[in-house]
Amino acid sequence: MHSPADLTTSWPDTIHAHFRRVGVRQVGYVPDAGHSLLIALCQDDPQIADVVLTTEEEGVGLVAGAALGGQRAALLMQSSGVGNCVNMFSLLRNCGFGCIVLITMRGEFGEFNPWQVPMGTITEEVLRLSGFLTYRIETADAVDEVVGAGCDMAFNGNLQVAILLSQRLIGPKQWTR
Amino acid sequence: MLDRRDFVQHLLTDRGDLLVVPGLGSATYDVAAAGDHPLNFYLWGAMGGTAMIALGLALARPERRVVAIPGDGDILMGLGSLATIGVKQPKNLVVVVLDNAHYGETGMQPSHTSAGVDFVAVALACGFRKALTVTRSEEAAEVRRLLHSGEGPILVNAKIKPEDVPRVLPLRDGHAIKDRFIAALNAR
Repeated sequence: MHSPADLTTSWPDTIHAHFRRVGVRQVGYVPDAGHSLLIALCQDDPQIADVVLTTEEEGVGLVAGAALGGQRAALLMQSSGVGNCVNMFSLLRNCGFGCIVLITMRGEFGEFNPWQVPMGTITEEVLRLSGFLTYRIETADAVDEVVGAGCDMAFNGNLQVAILLSQRLIGPKQWTR
Repeated sequence: MLDRRDFVQHLLTDRGDLLVVPGLGSATYDVAAAGDHPLNFYLWGAMGGTAMIALGLALARPERRVVAIPGDGDILMGLGSLATIGVKQPKNLVVVVLDNAHYGETGMQPSHTSAGVDFVAVALACGFRKALTVTRSEEAAEVRRLLHSGEGPILVNAKIKPEDVPRVLPLRDGHAIKDRFIAALNAR
Protein backbone atom coordinates (compact mmCIF):
# COMPACT_ATOMS: atom_id res chain seq x y z
CA MET A 1 0.00 0.00 0.00
CA HIS A 2 2.75 2.42 0.90
CA SER A 3 6.01 3.03 -0.76
CA PRO A 4 8.61 1.04 1.17
CA ALA A 5 10.89 3.10 3.34
CA ASP A 6 14.38 3.34 2.03
CA LEU A 7 16.58 3.02 5.06
CA THR A 8 19.01 5.51 3.59
CA THR A 9 16.43 8.30 3.34
CA SER A 10 15.68 10.61 6.21
CA TRP A 11 12.20 10.85 7.73
CA PRO A 12 11.49 14.24 6.10
CA ASP A 13 12.18 12.62 2.70
CA THR A 14 9.73 9.89 3.59
CA ILE A 15 7.01 12.40 4.51
CA HIS A 16 7.65 14.36 1.34
CA ALA A 17 7.38 11.17 -0.71
CA HIS A 18 3.95 10.55 0.78
CA PHE A 19 2.91 14.11 -0.04
CA ARG A 20 3.87 13.33 -3.64
CA ARG A 21 2.12 9.97 -3.59
CA VAL A 22 -1.24 11.35 -2.44
CA GLY A 23 -0.98 14.56 -4.47
CA VAL A 24 -0.54 17.23 -1.81
CA ARG A 25 -0.34 20.50 -3.75
CA GLN A 26 -0.24 23.13 -1.01
CA VAL A 27 1.82 23.11 2.20
CA GLY A 28 1.41 25.79 4.85
CA TYR A 29 3.98 26.30 7.59
CA VAL A 30 5.54 28.67 10.05
CA PRO A 31 9.34 28.34 9.89
CA ASP A 32 10.49 25.64 12.30
CA ALA A 33 13.83 23.98 13.04
CA GLY A 34 12.36 20.48 13.37
CA HIS A 35 10.56 20.78 10.04
CA SER A 36 13.37 22.64 8.25
CA LEU A 37 14.36 19.81 5.90
CA LEU A 38 10.76 18.94 5.01
CA ILE A 39 10.02 22.63 4.39
CA ALA A 40 13.03 22.84 2.07
CA LEU A 41 11.86 19.74 0.18
CA CYS A 42 8.42 21.30 -0.31
CA GLN A 43 9.91 24.62 -1.39
CA ASP A 44 11.99 22.84 -4.03
CA ASP A 45 9.06 20.78 -5.33
CA PRO A 46 7.38 22.37 -8.37
CA GLN A 47 4.23 20.35 -7.66
CA ILE A 48 3.80 22.01 -4.27
CA ALA A 49 2.90 25.62 -3.50
CA ASP A 50 4.63 26.38 -0.22
CA VAL A 51 2.89 29.06 1.82
CA VAL A 52 4.79 30.64 4.69
CA LEU A 53 2.34 31.80 7.36
CA THR A 54 2.53 34.41 10.12
CA THR A 55 0.56 32.12 12.45
CA GLU A 56 -0.50 28.50 12.14
CA GLU A 57 -4.16 29.52 12.32
CA GLU A 58 -3.86 30.94 8.81
CA GLY A 59 -2.98 27.48 7.55
CA VAL A 60 -6.37 26.10 8.56
CA GLY A 61 -8.08 28.54 6.23
CA LEU A 62 -5.55 27.73 3.52
CA VAL A 63 -6.41 24.02 3.73
CA ALA A 64 -10.12 24.73 3.41
CA GLY A 65 -9.64 27.02 0.42
CA ALA A 66 -7.35 24.54 -1.30
CA ALA A 67 -9.93 21.79 -0.85
CA LEU A 68 -12.69 23.99 -2.26
CA GLY A 69 -10.50 24.42 -5.32
CA GLY A 70 -9.84 20.68 -5.62
CA GLN A 71 -6.35 20.55 -4.12
CA ARG A 72 -5.04 18.59 -1.17
CA ALA A 73 -3.08 20.52 1.44
CA ALA A 74 -0.90 19.71 4.43
CA LEU A 75 0.20 21.79 7.40
CA LEU A 76 3.53 21.68 9.21
CA MET A 77 3.72 23.15 12.68
CA GLN A 78 5.24 22.93 16.13
CA SER A 79 3.17 21.75 19.08
CA SER A 80 2.88 25.36 20.23
CA GLY A 81 1.21 26.18 16.92
CA VAL A 82 -1.64 23.79 17.65
CA GLY A 83 -2.77 26.13 20.39
CA ASN A 84 -2.95 28.97 17.88
CA CYS A 85 -5.44 27.06 15.73
CA VAL A 86 -8.14 25.83 18.07
CA ASN A 87 -11.17 27.89 17.04
CA MET A 88 -10.20 27.79 13.36
CA PHE A 89 -10.09 23.98 13.47
CA SER A 90 -13.92 24.19 13.65
CA LEU A 91 -13.85 24.98 9.95
CA LEU A 92 -12.34 21.60 9.09
CA ARG A 93 -14.66 19.57 11.28
CA ASN A 94 -17.79 21.54 10.51
CA CYS A 95 -17.40 21.27 6.74
CA GLY A 96 -15.51 17.97 6.48
CA PHE A 97 -12.27 19.17 4.94
CA GLY A 98 -9.61 16.46 4.76
CA CYS A 99 -6.35 17.62 6.29
CA ILE A 100 -3.01 16.17 7.35
CA VAL A 101 -1.01 18.06 9.98
CA LEU A 102 2.57 17.11 10.87
CA ILE A 103 3.52 18.37 14.29
CA THR A 104 7.04 18.58 15.67
CA MET A 105 6.82 18.24 19.43
CA ARG A 106 8.35 20.61 21.93
CA GLY A 107 8.00 20.58 25.67
CA GLU A 108 8.61 16.90 26.20
CA PHE A 109 11.58 14.52 26.00
CA GLY A 110 14.80 16.45 26.67
CA GLU A 111 13.16 19.88 26.56
CA PHE A 112 15.37 22.48 28.22
CA ASN A 113 12.80 25.31 28.07
CA PRO A 114 9.99 24.98 30.61
CA TRP A 115 7.92 27.59 28.75
CA GLN A 116 7.32 24.97 26.03
CA VAL A 117 6.02 22.38 28.45
CA PRO A 118 2.46 23.58 29.18
CA MET A 119 1.39 23.48 25.50
CA GLY A 120 3.53 20.44 24.66
CA THR A 121 1.83 18.35 27.32
CA ILE A 122 -1.71 19.13 26.12
CA THR A 123 -1.10 19.14 22.35
CA GLU A 124 -2.45 15.67 21.61
CA GLU A 125 -5.53 16.12 23.82
CA VAL A 126 -6.28 19.49 22.24
CA LEU A 127 -6.12 17.91 18.79
CA ARG A 128 -8.46 15.09 19.81
CA LEU A 129 -10.94 17.50 21.33
CA SER A 130 -10.78 19.50 18.09
CA GLY A 131 -11.85 16.46 16.08
CA PHE A 132 -8.52 15.10 14.88
CA LEU A 133 -7.39 11.52 14.67
CA THR A 134 -3.95 11.57 16.25
CA TYR A 135 -0.96 9.32 15.76
CA ARG A 136 2.35 9.61 17.49
CA ILE A 137 5.73 8.65 16.07
CA GLU A 138 8.65 7.91 18.37
CA THR A 139 11.19 6.43 15.96
CA ALA A 140 12.20 7.05 12.36
CA ASP A 141 11.36 3.51 11.24
CA ALA A 142 7.64 4.15 11.94
CA VAL A 143 7.39 7.30 9.81
CA ASP A 144 6.66 5.59 6.49
CA GLU A 145 3.81 3.44 7.74
CA VAL A 146 2.15 6.01 10.00
CA VAL A 147 2.41 8.99 7.65
CA GLY A 148 1.24 6.82 4.76
CA ALA A 149 -1.80 5.64 6.68
CA GLY A 150 -2.51 9.13 7.96
CA CYS A 151 -2.43 10.66 4.48
CA ASP A 152 -4.76 7.96 3.18
CA MET A 153 -7.26 8.47 5.98
CA ALA A 154 -7.20 12.25 5.62
CA PHE A 155 -7.79 12.38 1.91
CA ASN A 156 -9.81 9.25 1.23
CA GLY A 157 -12.23 10.01 4.02
CA ASN A 158 -12.15 13.80 4.40
CA LEU A 159 -10.87 13.36 7.94
CA GLN A 160 -8.64 15.57 10.04
CA VAL A 161 -5.45 13.67 10.87
CA ALA A 162 -2.58 14.89 13.04
CA ILE A 163 0.75 13.12 13.33
CA LEU A 164 2.92 14.03 16.28
CA LEU A 165 6.63 13.69 15.66
CA SER A 166 8.09 13.21 19.11
CA GLN A 167 10.94 15.27 20.43
CA ARG A 168 12.84 12.03 20.77
CA LEU A 169 12.57 11.55 16.99
CA ILE A 170 13.52 15.08 15.99
CA GLY A 171 16.02 15.56 18.81
CA PRO A 172 15.97 18.25 21.48
CA LYS A 173 16.65 21.78 20.33
CA GLN A 174 20.39 22.37 20.25
CA TRP A 175 21.70 25.47 21.96
CA THR A 176 25.31 26.37 21.36
CA ARG A 177 25.51 29.36 23.67
CA MET B 1 -20.41 56.24 2.76
CA LEU B 2 -21.77 53.26 0.95
CA ASP B 3 -25.00 51.36 1.44
CA ARG B 4 -23.68 47.85 2.05
CA ARG B 5 -26.48 45.98 0.32
CA ASP B 6 -26.48 48.18 -2.79
CA PHE B 7 -22.69 48.00 -3.01
CA VAL B 8 -22.44 44.21 -2.74
CA GLN B 9 -25.38 43.80 -5.12
CA HIS B 10 -23.55 45.95 -7.66
CA LEU B 11 -20.29 44.02 -7.26
CA LEU B 12 -22.00 40.67 -7.85
CA THR B 13 -24.21 41.68 -10.76
CA ASP B 14 -23.55 39.45 -13.76
CA ARG B 15 -20.85 37.79 -11.70
CA GLY B 16 -19.94 35.18 -14.29
CA ASP B 17 -17.40 32.69 -12.94
CA LEU B 18 -16.46 34.59 -9.78
CA LEU B 19 -15.69 32.48 -6.70
CA VAL B 20 -16.89 34.35 -3.62
CA VAL B 21 -15.89 33.85 0.03
CA PRO B 22 -17.87 36.14 2.36
CA GLY B 23 -16.86 36.46 6.01
CA LEU B 24 -19.09 35.49 8.89
CA GLY B 25 -21.90 37.76 9.98
CA SER B 26 -23.15 40.66 7.93
CA ALA B 27 -20.86 40.02 4.96
CA THR B 28 -22.38 36.58 4.49
CA TYR B 29 -25.88 38.09 4.75
CA ASP B 30 -25.00 40.80 2.21
CA VAL B 31 -23.71 38.26 -0.30
CA ALA B 32 -26.79 36.09 0.25
CA ALA B 33 -29.03 39.14 -0.25
CA ALA B 34 -27.37 39.76 -3.61
CA GLY B 35 -28.66 36.34 -4.72
CA ASP B 36 -27.86 32.84 -3.56
CA HIS B 37 -25.22 31.16 -5.72
CA PRO B 38 -23.46 27.77 -5.45
CA LEU B 39 -20.08 29.49 -5.91
CA ASN B 40 -20.55 31.37 -2.64
CA PHE B 41 -18.70 29.72 0.25
CA TYR B 42 -20.73 31.27 3.06
CA LEU B 43 -18.93 31.48 6.39
CA TRP B 44 -20.83 31.31 9.65
CA GLY B 45 -17.67 31.03 11.75
CA ALA B 46 -13.89 30.91 11.21
CA MET B 47 -13.57 34.61 12.05
CA GLY B 48 -10.24 35.90 10.79
CA GLY B 49 -9.93 33.14 8.21
CA THR B 50 -11.83 34.56 5.24
CA ALA B 51 -8.84 35.98 3.37
CA MET B 52 -6.80 32.78 3.91
CA ILE B 53 -9.59 30.54 2.60
CA ALA B 54 -9.70 32.76 -0.46
CA LEU B 55 -5.91 32.48 -0.81
CA GLY B 56 -5.99 28.67 -0.75
CA LEU B 57 -8.73 28.74 -3.36
CA ALA B 58 -6.91 31.28 -5.53
CA LEU B 59 -3.72 29.18 -5.48
CA ALA B 60 -5.67 26.02 -6.31
CA ARG B 61 -7.54 27.63 -9.22
CA PRO B 62 -5.26 30.26 -10.78
CA GLU B 63 -7.45 30.40 -13.89
CA ARG B 64 -10.45 31.64 -11.89
CA ARG B 65 -11.17 34.95 -10.18
CA VAL B 66 -11.52 34.76 -6.40
CA VAL B 67 -13.08 37.43 -4.17
CA ALA B 68 -12.96 37.49 -0.37
CA ILE B 69 -15.58 39.74 1.24
CA PRO B 70 -14.79 39.98 4.97
CA GLY B 71 -15.86 42.63 7.46
CA ASP B 72 -13.38 44.88 9.21
CA GLY B 73 -13.48 42.76 12.39
CA ASP B 74 -12.61 39.66 10.38
CA ILE B 75 -9.57 41.30 8.78
CA LEU B 76 -8.41 42.70 12.13
CA MET B 77 -8.52 39.22 13.64
CA GLY B 78 -6.35 37.83 10.84
CA LEU B 79 -4.24 40.86 9.97
CA GLY B 80 -1.18 38.67 9.41
CA SER B 81 -2.94 37.01 6.50
CA LEU B 82 -2.45 40.22 4.50
CA ALA B 83 1.30 39.69 4.93
CA THR B 84 0.96 36.07 3.84
CA ILE B 85 -1.02 37.08 0.74
CA GLY B 86 1.55 39.78 0.01
CA VAL B 87 4.32 37.18 0.03
CA LYS B 88 2.37 34.81 -2.23
CA GLN B 89 1.19 37.46 -4.75
CA PRO B 90 -1.91 35.71 -6.15
CA LYS B 91 -2.83 37.59 -9.33
CA ASN B 92 -6.44 36.33 -9.22
CA LEU B 93 -7.35 37.41 -5.68
CA VAL B 94 -9.25 40.52 -4.58
CA VAL B 95 -10.13 41.23 -0.94
CA VAL B 96 -13.09 43.60 -0.55
CA VAL B 97 -13.41 44.65 3.10
CA LEU B 98 -16.88 45.81 4.14
CA ASP B 99 -15.64 48.33 6.69
CA ASN B 100 -18.33 49.87 8.88
CA ALA B 101 -15.75 50.40 11.64
CA HIS B 102 -17.95 48.46 14.05
CA TYR B 103 -18.67 44.92 15.25
CA GLY B 104 -22.20 44.54 13.91
CA GLU B 105 -22.92 41.06 15.23
CA THR B 106 -22.16 41.89 18.85
CA GLY B 107 -23.92 45.23 19.27
CA MET B 108 -22.06 47.75 17.11
CA GLN B 109 -19.04 48.32 19.30
CA PRO B 110 -16.40 50.42 17.49
CA SER B 111 -13.55 48.50 15.83
CA HIS B 112 -9.92 49.55 15.43
CA THR B 113 -10.76 51.19 12.10
CA SER B 114 -12.95 53.64 14.05
CA ALA B 115 -9.70 54.73 15.69
CA GLY B 116 -7.96 55.15 12.35
CA VAL B 117 -6.33 51.79 11.57
CA ASP B 118 -5.94 51.88 7.80
CA PHE B 119 -6.21 48.60 5.85
CA VAL B 120 -5.08 50.26 2.62
CA ALA B 121 -1.80 51.32 4.19
CA VAL B 122 -1.37 47.86 5.73
CA ALA B 123 -2.07 46.09 2.44
CA LEU B 124 0.36 48.28 0.50
CA ALA B 125 3.02 47.75 3.16
CA CYS B 126 2.43 44.00 2.82
CA GLY B 127 3.06 44.12 -0.92
CA PHE B 128 -0.45 44.14 -2.37
CA ARG B 129 -0.28 45.28 -5.98
CA LYS B 130 -3.13 47.71 -5.48
CA ALA B 131 -5.15 48.93 -2.50
CA LEU B 132 -7.79 51.63 -2.40
CA THR B 133 -10.57 53.03 -0.26
CA VAL B 134 -14.01 53.56 -1.77
CA THR B 135 -16.71 55.67 -0.18
CA ARG B 136 -19.13 56.56 -2.99
CA SER B 137 -21.59 54.40 -4.89
CA GLU B 138 -20.24 55.75 -8.22
CA GLU B 139 -17.00 53.89 -7.47
CA ALA B 140 -18.69 50.48 -7.33
CA ALA B 141 -18.42 49.97 -11.09
CA GLU B 142 -14.64 50.34 -10.93
CA VAL B 143 -14.43 47.88 -8.02
CA ARG B 144 -16.55 45.42 -9.99
CA ARG B 145 -14.11 45.77 -12.89
CA LEU B 146 -11.21 45.02 -10.54
CA LEU B 147 -12.93 41.84 -9.36
CA HIS B 148 -13.07 40.52 -12.90
CA SER B 149 -9.86 41.81 -14.42
CA GLY B 150 -7.62 43.63 -11.93
CA GLU B 151 -4.17 42.15 -11.36
CA GLY B 152 -4.00 40.99 -7.77
CA PRO B 153 -3.48 40.88 -4.99
CA ILE B 154 -5.84 43.81 -4.57
CA LEU B 155 -7.48 45.13 -1.42
CA VAL B 156 -10.54 47.36 -1.58
CA ASN B 157 -11.54 49.02 1.67
CA ALA B 158 -15.22 49.79 1.21
CA LYS B 159 -16.42 52.33 3.76
CA ILE B 160 -20.01 51.37 4.45
CA LYS B 161 -22.59 53.00 6.71
CA PRO B 162 -22.71 51.46 10.22
CA GLU B 163 -26.35 50.52 10.02
CA ASP B 164 -28.38 47.48 10.93
CA VAL B 165 -30.02 45.89 7.89
CA PRO B 166 -32.40 42.91 7.89
CA ARG B 167 -30.57 39.60 7.98
CA VAL B 168 -30.73 37.39 4.91
CA LEU B 169 -29.76 33.92 6.06
CA PRO B 170 -28.32 31.52 3.49
CA LEU B 171 -27.55 27.80 3.78
CA ARG B 172 -25.95 27.03 7.16
CA ASP B 173 -24.87 23.38 6.89
CA GLY B 174 -21.10 23.48 6.36
CA HIS B 175 -20.90 20.19 4.49
CA ALA B 176 -23.75 21.23 2.19
CA ILE B 177 -22.17 24.62 1.43
CA LYS B 178 -18.84 22.94 0.67
CA ASP B 179 -20.25 20.12 -1.45
CA ARG B 180 -22.46 22.47 -3.45
CA PHE B 181 -19.50 24.79 -4.09
CA ILE B 182 -17.20 21.98 -5.24
CA ALA B 183 -19.86 20.44 -7.49
CA ALA B 184 -20.56 23.80 -9.13
CA LEU B 185 -16.86 24.55 -9.60
CA ASN B 186 -16.23 21.17 -11.20
CA ALA B 187 -19.25 21.52 -13.47
CA ARG B 188 -17.76 24.49 -15.31
